[in-house]
Parts: sequence; C-alpha cells; structure tokens
Amino acid sequence: MTLSVDGVVREACQSVGHDPTRLMDVARAVQARLGGVPPAAIDAIHHQLHVSRAQVLGLVSFYAFLDETPGARHVIRVCDDVVDRLAGHARVARAFSDELGIPIGGTTADGTFALQRTACIGMSDQAPAALVGDVVVTDLSAERARQVVAELRAHGDPQRLVKRLGDGNNAHPLVRAMVRNNIRQAGPIVMSEHKRGEALRKCAALSPVEVIRAVKTARLRGRGGAGFPTGIKWEMARAAPGARKFVLCNADEGEPGTFKDRVLLTEWPDRVFAGMTIAGYAIGAREGVLYLRAEYAYLRAFLEDVLARRRSDGLLGRDVPRRGFEFDIRIQMGAGAYVCGEESALIESCEGRRGDPRNRPPFPAQRGYLGCPTVVNNVETLCCVTRILEAGSAAFSVLGSRQSAGTKLLSISGDVSRPGVYEVPFGTPIQDVLALCGGRDATALQVGGPSGRMVGPADFERTICYDDVATGGALVVFDSSRNPLEIAHAYMEFFEDESCGYCTPCRVGNVLLRRGLEKVLAGRGEPADLEQFEQIARTMKASSRCGLGQTSFNPVLTSLQSFRYQYETLVAEAPHGRRRGFDLDSATAEATRLRAVAAEGGRS
Amino acid sequence: MSEPSLILDGREIPFVPGQTILQAAEDAGAWIPRLCHKPGLEPCGSCRVCVVRANGRTVSSCTFPASLGMVVECDTPDLLAMRRLIVEMLFVEGNHFCMSCEKSGHCELQALGYRLGITAPQLEYQFPRREVDASHPDILIDHNRCILCARCVRTSRDLDGKEAFAFVGRGPHKRIAASAGSRLRDTSADVSDRAIDACPVGALLRKRVGFSVPVGRRPYDAVPIGGQEVGR
Repeated sequence: MTLSVDGVVREACQSVGHDPTRLMDVARAVQARLGGVPPAAIDAIHHQLHVSRAQVLGLVSFYAFLDETPGARHVIRVCDDVVDRLAGHARVARAFSDELGIPIGGTTADGTFALQRTACIGMSDQAPAALVGDVVVTDLSAERARQVVAELRAHGDPQRLVKRLGDGNNAHPLVRAMVRNNIRQAGPIVMSEHKRGEALRKCAALSPVEVIRAVKTARLRGRGGAGFPTGIKWEMARAAPGARKFVLCNADEGEPGTFKDRVLLTEWPDRVFAGMTIAGYAIGAREGVLYLRAEYAYLRAFLEDVLARRRSDGLLGRDVPRRGFEFDIRIQMGAGAYVCGEESALIESCEGRRGDPRNRPPFPAQRGYLGCPTVVNNVETLCCVTRILEAGSAAFSVLGSRQSAGTKLLSISGDVSRPGVYEVPFGTPIQDVLALCGGRDATALQVGGPSGRMVGPADFERTICYDDVATGGALVVFDSSRNPLEIAHAYMEFFEDESCGYCTPCRVGNVLLRRGLEKVLAGRGEPADLEQFEQIARTMKASSRCGLGQTSFNPVLTSLQSFRYQYETLVAEAPHGRRRGFDLDSATAEATRLRAVAAEGGRS
Repeated sequence: MSEPSLILDGREIPFVPGQTILQAAEDAGAWIPRLCHKPGLEPCGSCRVCVVRANGRTVSSCTFPASLGMVVECDTPDLLAMRRLIVEMLFVEGNHFCMSCEKSGHCELQALGYRLGITAPQLEYQFPRREVDASHPDILIDHNRCILCARCVRTSRDLDGKEAFAFVGRGPHKRIAASAGSRLRDTSADVSDRAIDACPVGALLRKRVGFSVPVGRRPYDAVPIGGQEVGR
C-alpha cells in the first residue's frame, strides 16, 4: 500500500477543519499514517494549514513521540524511569536490544522495529513497562521482552500482546489493556462511589457564584502539586472579561512515579467530566478540553465513548447543567513532553505549538487558551469538585488538616510490597503511609516525584499536606540498598531531557548538576562542588521561567540536605592546588594525538 | 496630575502604563543588564540576565509590567551573583573563543562578561561539538556561539516578515535552524535581513566583513555595554 504524503496531509487537515491551532492533531495523524513527519509532509502541512514551516518543524522536533524521519512499523518505547530501573529495566532493555539486534535508539534494517527509551509512562506500580505503539506492556522480564518481539514478528499486532486483561474498565472493550488499577485504599472523596448525574443536578440548583462559594467553603486546593486555591482561580476567570472562556483538564500526568490520574480516568471518567462541566458553569465557559498525555492514548477511545454517552444522556451539550447554559468537551492528545504538565505550556501545546511555557502575566485566567480566560485544573482536583457538589462542602473539609482540606491520592511505587493508589486524608504522617504500603526498609523517599523532595528517616514523622510535605501524589520508596546520589543522577538526566530549553538557568543548570553529580560519583569531587550545586540551585529556583526549572534541581538539593554524609564521603580537598576533576591525560589527549599526526606527516 | 511611579533600588522613578520594568528603568537612566531583549522586538524573557526582584518576587524585568508603587530591587549582591552565574552558564554552554571571533569588541555577551566582572567562569566548560553552517553565499551561522536568545527568530518573523529562522529540538539540544530545510542556503534568509544585525554574539554573521574595525575603536573598547550608568 502506498500512501501519498499530500493525501495523508489533506485528510488530516480536513479532519480538523483546516484549523491551524490544531496543528498537533494534524502532526499526530500524519505520524500515525507515515510513521513520521518528513520534510515533504511539513511542506504539505505548511501549504494546506497555512502555518509556517518554522512552526511545523519546531513542533515536530519538540515532542518525543513525533519524528522528522519516518520510523519503523513497530516502535517499542522502553520506560527507563528510576522505578523501572529498580525493577529490572536494564535486563529488559538488553533483551529487547539483543533480540532485535539494535541498540536503544536504533531501527532494524528492514524498518520493522524501532527501539527507543522513554520517561515514566505512568506504570510505576507495574514496572518494568513499555509501550508498543499505543499498547501498554507491563510487568516485563527479559524473557517476556523476547516473547514480545517473537510475537510481533509472528502476527504483527501489538493488541494481541495483551493476553490477560486488567481489572475494572481496563477490560472494557474500548480499552482492552493488561494494566491493573492497583487501588489499595479507596477513600471517601475521590475514589468513592459516584452517582452519575447527581453533581450536575445539584449544581443546576445553584448560581455560578454559589458554586464557586461551595468550592471555596470546602477549601479545595489544586491537586497537581502547587496547591493554588481552586475557588480563587475560578473567580479570577469568571471576573475576566471575554465572551469565550475555557476549562482545561490537565491529564498530562508526567511527574515520574505518578499514576493516580490514570486510575481516575479509567474508573471515574464521569466524575472528571462532571467536574469540568461544573467548572464551566462556574466561570462561564461553554467549552472544555481534556489534555491527555500520549502515553495514555490507550484510554482515548474509551474516554471519547464516555463523552458520547454523556452527550446522549443530557450531561453534556445544550442546556447543561441547566436551561440557558451549555458545555462540551474535546480531547486533545499530547505527544510526549513532561513540560506540558505546566499549565501555560499545556495551553501552548493545545494551540498546536512547542510546549514552551509562557511569560506571566498575563495569567491563563486572564488570557489563556486561544487568548481567552482559561482555568487549568488537575484530574484529581476536578474529581474533588464533583464530590463537593455531590456531598457538600462540609463533608469535604471535615477531612484533612487545617490548611489542607480533604484527601489526597498517592501513587506509591518502588521498594514496597503493595504498590498502587492510596487515598489518605491530608495530615497523614509519612510513617503511616509507609506502614500501609509495606515500605518497611525505607531509607529514602522521593515525595512529589523528582520535582518534589527526597527525604530520609528523620522526616518520616512529618505529614503529607500543603504546609508540611506537599506532594502532587508521587511517592517513590527506596530501601537501604539504593544510593541516593545515583537516584538523584537519574532524575537529573530526566530533567535535562525534558527541559524545554527556553531559558538559560534551566537549560544549562540541569546539565551542570547532572555532570557535577557524575564527577562526585566518580570520586573526583571537592567540597567546593557541593557549594556550587547549592549556588546553581538557588539561581535556577529564583530565575527560571517556569515551574520546571524552579524545581528541577531538587533531586540534588534535597538529597544533599537529607543525605549530606553520603556526598561528603565522596568529596575531598584538592591536593597541590590541582582540581581533582582535572585529568591531565585526557586534557592533553587531543594535543598528543595531533603531535603524533604531525610527526607522522613530517616523516612522509 | 502626577505620573505613576515605582521604586527602583530606593529611587522613585516614573513609568508609562504598559511599560515593562526594564523600559521604565531605562527611561530613568538605569540600565538593567540584558541579552535577549532588543527594542522593537516582542520581549521573550529567555536569557534571564535581566532578573530583578519586584515586590519580593524574582522576575524578568524585560517582560514584567511596571505597576504603581512596585518596589524593585536590581543592584543587590545576590541578584548580581545570579546574573553573573547566568552569563557564565551561557559562556560554558557553547564555545566562545573571543580572541578569534569576528564579533569581539562588538559582542554583547563578551561586553556583559566584562561589565559583570567575570574574569574566568567558575563553572566547568562543556565544550560541546556544534556545527558551522556556511552553506549560504553571504551569511553564516556558527552554532558554537549561539546563545538561543531568539533575536533572529523574532526579527525575521516580525520585522523581515520571513520566518527564516526557527528553533528546533528541546532542552540542551535546542538550536536555531533555517526553517525551510536543513541548510542555511535553502532558506529565504538574505544578507540584507535585519535578522542578521539582531544577533548579539558572533553566531549569525555576514561573510567577508569580519575584523573590519581595529582593536581600540570597537564599540565596547571605550564604553562598557549599557554606558557608565548604575546597575551593573
């Protein structure tokens, strides 16, 4: 079958009504059909969608799941997150590599297979995991990796790799994934029983201002990690002038070690969509967008179906939640970029651009998606909103601690006996959480993912809440056999890779810290290097343009705070005034080589 | 009717509503160090050299709007240290050999290094391997010297009306590219483009004009960048 590039592009552009802000969808569609977005396709998109080549090229080269050169029929993306590494990623990656005869990053000569690495795909509770196209393959072993390749060679259908379906909606005909929910402890708020339509009925009885008041009375704060009060965010968007407003749901769950939104989207999608509808009513928006990370593409058809059923059941569309109002939702797919979890980068991405965060002000509530007032809320936050309307503000705020009302979902993985999702009230001590999940030998804990903090046993009495140990929900447990410096190093590699590169401190700082750690780990560090780490971290925190660079030094800074002695055993003062990191032989290698070449030339 | 004003390093300065902190400071004779900012271009806030503290928050003064009664700190030891480190980051990220660079004495990065008192970076050089694209008959891009300030991108887009340059890649792999194809000669870039003059360093150059001004008479030989004013 031959595909004409022009034909594929034409079809893709038609499917979005030639809307240039839907460039991401066009690029994704072209990638799906051609295996990449080659120069000819970029040219065709430029002509048909009337966007500059610069914009197309910039977009394609930005996202990990888009390629400029057409790739292979099967792209296997092996997740190399820290948790996967603890669970045997190296053996799995080697097995794939050996079986295919190509290194990570390679493509087989016949163009059938490409093998790539990828950051956390939201499956830390069933690691090591990989993506074969859109199909998630979990609990991998070296043997299983070899089988995957053999099966793909035999039948060529990634979906047939799924032998045993997961629980709940993972077995839904539109999902059919081997993913398991691993709900270890459900709670009274987010993962409680949901009566479809009830929240919207109650919402319809209130005015928009009363809805905002209910959310404020419940003292709901954003669950993505930053903890901004949801009611105030909504008030700002409501007050902002503009006839067209938007509600964006951030389902770009990219923080390594986080997977609770995956479970909410699988089992409580109606609660998420109800929350968006309520938000729309509150701020005066008629349109919503769910930004779904590319790694969760396997949930897309299912979520589209949930939306379709809501439309036919009168829970979306005209006169929702009551006469004279309306609301509808579309799904925007991402294409592999952690930074798009940052709200202004997410908006840029929705508009078909590189995921570069924006300068603020203006804030999204003033000027967001398509220049209109926009609220961006996390999946879990929106579930809380629905629950607040269902059960009332008091039932919500009675749980949790003083500054942190309600419950928090935790994604727990690493060295624990019961990895999975836990709903706990805010204010729960870390040690109680460890007891719940079976993390008996925990010596280090990454709270809130790599952008959060690494804590040691001295902090285990502290509590999970906004004013003590805040977290977006990731909790990765490390036992006494793990080296905090190596963990920090792996996380710095992640940030180096995921920085958008827009501003200097983040683009350069992550690299400097990663290299600095390598120097210390190699036994070539000096005490002054540790001071420099702190200096770089201070500069990144204060001067970076968005939340990524303002937190990405944390693996180094917080491991230095919690495990300083481990650093100190590795560094020493330089002898004879020569830097310990200086290696005379390697520094003069080039000159030595040139001298040899010159001598050779002189002789001939 | 009194003009709106803000406090810059303890001094009350007026501003016109809509101005950024950097513009207001400049009009009041206080030069805030900067690299990616260029009058006439939409500010992008990417280099972060112009960071100041506004009402306690660290912000890029080239993008942050001035507001009534705002208290701005610019010339403080910690902000100066931060600015130095950011400029050092730009030096070690690329390959900047001033002694052989055509832009020496005209280069804003070099001039800022002098003004901020950077003798040698304390950060480690990364010595990346980067390319020189001399495929165009009249202009060249030396990626070794590019600081990703987006001045050429913005100038080409907004003043030349061409979009001859674009950013590709991300993170440390982000680089400037000729937008139409892989090589500079394939673009609409032209020797008369204002984008060429927008480059603050020696990354985007016209061929056959290097070293035309003798040492001693180059712009930054006599007067440091930003003049002799306060605000190092």
